Amino acid sequence: MSLVNYATREITCKIVYYGPGRSGKTTNLHYIYGQVPEDRKGKMVSLATQTDRTLFFDFLPLDLGSISGFTTKFQLYTVPGQVYYQTTRRLVLQGADGVVFVADSQARQLEENIESFQDLHANLSDQGIDPRLMPLVVQYNKQDLPQDLILPVAELSDAINFRDVPEFSADALHGPGVFETLRGISEIVLRRLSTGGSAAAAASR
Amino acid sequence: MQVDPRARFDNYVVGTANRLAVAAARNVAEAPGAIYNPLFIYSSSGLGKTHLIGAIGNHAMQRNPDLSVEYIALEDFVQQLHAAIASGEMDRFKQRYGRVDVLLVDDMQFLTGRRETQSELLRLLNSLQGSGRQIIMTSDRPPAEIADVDERLISRLSGGLIVDIGAPDFETRVAILREKCEERRISFAPGVLEELARVEFANVRELQGAMNRLNAHQSVDGTLSPAQVRSIVGLPDPAPPPARSSVATDEFFSFLTDISSAVAAQIEPWKVRIGEAIAYWGGEGYRTTPLDRMMSEVSAPENYEQLLRGYGQAVEQLRELERQVTTVDPALGGDERFRDPERLSEAMAFVENALAGAVPPGGPQPAFARGAFQESSSNQMAVRAADAVIAEPGHRYNPLFLVGPSGVGKTHLLNAIGNELASRLDPPARVACVGAQLFIDELIVALQEGTIERFRARYRAADALLIDDVQFVASKERTQEELFHVFNYFHAAGKQLVFASDMPPKAIDGLEDRLRSRFEGGLVAEVSLPDRALREKLYQRFLSDAKLDTPFDLIAYLADRPATSVREIMGTVQRLRAGVEVAGGALTLMVGRQVLEPSGMTPTHAPLTVRQAADSFFLDDEKIVWEWPDVAGRLVEELR
Repeated sequence: MSLVNYATREITCKIVYYGPGRSGKTTNLHYIYGQVPEDRKGKMVSLATQTDRTLFFDFLPLDLGSISGFTTKFQLYTVPGQVYYQTTRRLVLQGADGVVFVADSQARQLEENIESFQDLHANLSDQGIDPRLMPLVVQYNKQDLPQDLILPVAELSDAINFRDVPEFSADALHGPGVFETLRGISEIVLRRLSTGGSAAAAASR
Repeated sequence: MQVDPRARFDNYVVGTANRLAVAAARNVAEAPGAIYNPLFIYSSSGLGKTHLIGAIGNHAMQRNPDLSVEYIALEDFVQQLHAAIASGEMDRFKQRYGRVDVLLVDDMQFLTGRRETQSELLRLLNSLQGSGRQIIMTSDRPPAEIADVDERLISRLSGGLIVDIGAPDFETRVAILREKCEERRISFAPGVLEELARVEFANVRELQGAMNRLNAHQSVDGTLSPAQVRSIVGLPDPAPPPARSSVATDEFFSFLTDISSAVAAQIEPWKVRIGEAIAYWGGEGYRTTPLDRMMSEVSAPENYEQLLRGYGQAVEQLRELERQVTTVDPALGGDERFRDPERLSEAMAFVENALAGAVPPGGPQPAFARGAFQESSSNQMAVRAADAVIAEPGHRYNPLFLVGPSGVGKTHLLNAIGNELASRLDPPARVACVGAQLFIDELIVALQEGTIERFRARYRAADALLIDDVQFVASKERTQEELFHVFNYFHAAGKQLVFASDMPPKAIDGLEDRLRSRFEGGLVAEVSLPDRALREKLYQRFLSDAKLDTPFDLIAYLADRPATSVREIMGTVQRLRAGVEVAGGALTLMVGRQVLEPSGMTPTHAPLTVRQAADSFFLDDEKIVWEWPDVAGRLVEELR
């Protein structure tokens, strides 16, 4: 997928929300969707199981309109977090321009977080992508829960964010941190435009 | 089809949404074919396309009643085309539309998928545009959005000006309604038309329909008030605009602002420039490989502006080449080579070949072989020069100008040079070998048909040019001018030129100095009358060629006889052969004498010198007194 196309004057940016099951990826997208003014709202596609878990993936197209003469479109995807949806996760990861890793701040979920983070790296490597080159931010979600249930950001950061990428604490259900995270990943992705990361993609149009 | 006379500019209401289209239409109507050709007008249905092109047609005819203006809806065009094909009258169809000065084609969107109509239309557009006729088309969408249409046609349609007509704004709607009321002598209570105009109808036709409805109601119920308008037209009262949930979107807009500045910071102007070029030229149907390559560079190539310009120039050249080639054959215009600036040189060669045409100028006649040409002191210089030219064409004697009286073998030598050149060069050279008269005739045809480019290209494509009887160009100024250009081209390109003439350049009356000096610039070689040695060789050869005996005494006898040309020698051999056939037996001196000197008379011929100098008219035995009895006595008497 091309990130920026100078010929058609389009910027398309695919961002994947990754993380363990029930960490709040879909909630992130729902919150963003709720904030988008009516006239810019695409249709949010959510394929959920009967128990409301993401079965395949969520897809939220964001039309940001014309920026500096470029029609800018963001596509936000989530992967199903549950371990057994491995294939789907790989599919969704294909052609991603950036990844948001949504971690569950609950203390009892720490292992799942680490496992999923490793799973992300393994999946990227499998697709021939150097995980170190993939724009990535980490979001510690559910920071609104009682303090005795969750781990503080510093501790989570020590356990998960060994790559020291930008990190955000969030409460996706109510909003704090959601747009900060999106802004964080978007800026990294856009910055890659000038470093040549997108050039090959633009050329292979 | 006739243009609807009701469609005029003065009853076409101009508003912001159609100002550009009307301005363009007026310009075109004032001077058809001069600007915006073709003019392509598009808009959704019912916004006045047909009215506007009708107005163009009427206005153009009003200005110049001699103009042939044709309006046709594309559907009708298709039908006529099919009918023409079915009845085998395609030529008449083409002629009919080929004569039109202003062609108005409505509803071009119906072109979708109609390949044969498209190709016919492409041909028609080419020929009309080529002769400066105006074409105006309408459609409900821009050319590029008409599905399944040949790219060449799209680029033709987009080649002039494309304007759209938008939906009329409130003021325009009011103006249109008033215009219509005036036209149809209807009056409404004040405020009614304004109220109706407030309804945002998608097009003028609906607006007009609504007005008709009001009028119908008015004729039944009496004068209407503005308040009744909406209910009569069948529309609910306007609802108050929905309140926007502004609080919720603050976060989004702040995000958008940040992203905007992030994007703005990352967009690179040089890539934007190249991207624009790719989009533009790609849209025009040109291959943008070099631009794509530049785009894949990490940082701006130093000379990218220059490269961009270079690309643009290459495309311009391709366009020019394509234009040239379509003058010869419109079907060649769409060739892939004209779409790829990287294949410019291929395209050039293609055009040169195409212009050169399938019919190259005539070559040398194979019958005239160099080996069959007899050399002697009378033509030695010319033959040596010819051999030098054959050995090194374009280097030694350029041009080689062969001079000699008729029948001494100039044409033979000229063609022999051509044959040798054609076979020696590798790859085989294209040798143009023509008589000057043919050159002149072809030029006249080319001038008549307007294919002068092709005429030139045909000759220029040759590797050597040999022109016989070049004295015929005397006093033909246009031919001399062309010959002058062709000469210069060949000379500059180091290609060999050979001319033959019955008189030297300086003796040709009516030959321009610039050509004369050029003819003399190489070598002027004379081919004289056959001398005795040559006559002997020629008789020897011609007789053995004719399978006749060649006794020594006969050859000597024949060689002693004067001959004004090789042709005459050939004639003599023919007579001998006929004589032998009549007499039977072998050819001997006796037989020869009997044939050539009937009734055993002494030679009737005058001394050689006299005959050589004399014109053939004076050689007629019946008209000339060759024997002057006692001439010496008379002379003495005179002296006394």
